[in-house]
Amino acid sequence: MNSGSLARIGTMVLRYTYLLRSSWPRILELAYWPTVQMILWGFITRFFTGHSDWVAQASGVLLSGVLLWDILFRAQLGVTLAFFEELYSRNLGHLFVSPLRPSELVLSLIGISLIRTVIGVGTAVLLAIPLYHFSLFSLGLPLIAFFANLLALGWALGIIISALVLRYGLGAESLAWVAIFALAPVSGIYYPIDTLPSWLLPISYALPSTYVFEGMRAVMFEHRFPADLLSYAIALNAVYISISIWLFLILFRRARRDGSLLHIGE
Amino acid sequence: MELRTRTGHYAIEVSGLNKRFDEVDVVKNISFEVEHGRTYALLGANGAGKTTTLAMLLGLLIPTSGRIFVLGVDMLRDRYRALPRMNYASPYVDLPQRLTVRQNLKVYGRLYGASKLAQRIDELAAQLDLEDFIDRSYRNMSSGQKTRVALAKALLNKPEVLLMDEPTASLDPDTADRIRTYLEDYQRATRATLLLASHNMLEVERLCDKVLMMRAGRIVDRGTPRELVTRYGRNTMEEVFLDVARNEAVA
Repeated sequence: MNSGSLARIGTMVLRYTYLLRSSWPRILELAYWPTVQMILWGFITRFFTGHSDWVAQASGVLLSGVLLWDILFRAQLGVTLAFFEELYSRNLGHLFVSPLRPSELVLSLIGISLIRTVIGVGTAVLLAIPLYHFSLFSLGLPLIAFFANLLALGWALGIIISALVLRYGLGAESLAWVAIFALAPVSGIYYPIDTLPSWLLPISYALPSTYVFEGMRAVMFEHRFPADLLSYAIALNAVYISISIWLFLILFRRARRDGSLLHIGE
Repeated sequence: MELRTRTGHYAIEVSGLNKRFDEVDVVKNISFEVEHGRTYALLGANGAGKTTTLAMLLGLLIPTSGRIFVLGVDMLRDRYRALPRMNYASPYVDLPQRLTVRQNLKVYGRLYGASKLAQRIDELAAQLDLEDFIDRSYRNMSSGQKTRVALAKALLNKPEVLLMDEPTASLDPDTADRIRTYLEDYQRATRATLLLASHNMLEVERLCDKVLMMRAGRIVDRGTPRELVTRYGRNTMEEVFLDVARNEAVA
């Protein structure tokens, strides 16, 4: 990657931060849902701590689950909403006749997604400390690995959804809001995956998020660094990120062939 | 191995260009050259294939077959070498609505690697009368203001090849006249090559050295505005346009 390429990626991240800065409700909205979720699950935790031996062993397990899940969800939304902004603005026609390459656009979407996720989930994480005397940072160093893996899976999903919207138009827009929830039951966010029926386990094992949430419980209940689980997550994420970028580039080329870049967003 | 670049006195070379969508040929085997430092027009009725041709020249659309060289660069294989030296203006492609005009120009200037960008933006703002609203949101602009902003965006990198789709659409006659004057001055000062798709015959007669007449995806005639008027036995380009669009005369 040369300096021109980095400059264009930086410019596109700047373009998306202009958008954030232009509207304080947008910044508030980033933190709103993660914070509401955190408050809700904080009360649920408080209730279960007195009624469940399992939760009582590690009272932060539910709050950790919801905050980590939000990292995944916000990372995916961060990519797709920034990409949709180009469609709503009917701006792709200008972007793709400029020297900006599609791979550079994808990297800039990842960049703004990181910023949005840190603002959104970071606020909820910090508020949990005074509200519930719970700090996600108590997970220690493994938190960095959890964070990175959930971001990567969120980005892969976001890029795949953006690619499908590029191919099928804004009719596929709702995928941004619903697709990720199909992963929630099989990722074991709030319960160990041995709770799942055996026929669902292969799907669960194919998801990097499963290893992150299992790893989180290993840290909280067994006080061990789950290197084995994290290595599975890293390997799977490498595969999914590669597939997502490949798919985006393939469907971008198809959009150039079909002429949909001329009309998309209309 | 086929050459990816070529040198010569043509800024744009197109040969055997075709585009087919769903079994419909919208551009049919067109070939043309545009000389460096000249202004050409693609002229034709709606659906003639002008915008599709411009989109293929810009790399936004992959042709079904044919070759395109811009500034000596093979656009089908290596377009990123030519794109920083080109630009495009169209009132039909928007810019990000929620950004201010200045933010939009800054973003595009940086994407094109424009030098002395802040100074260039101020220059264009003064020349194209953007100063009064440059720090306002783009979505609050009138269509005429948006057209001028789109033109400013297209001139940020001082392009050697400038493609324009209806460059003065939505402008009042006074502003349109000033934009045409600006384009003439820009072309004279920089020796840039301009190719525009237009329905405005006065604009074509005033700005263009040569006209490529399109109908139903084909180039059906070409020449200077004066040559075409003479060849069709008409008084104005508007009459020539109507003849070609209605297929009422064969040159």
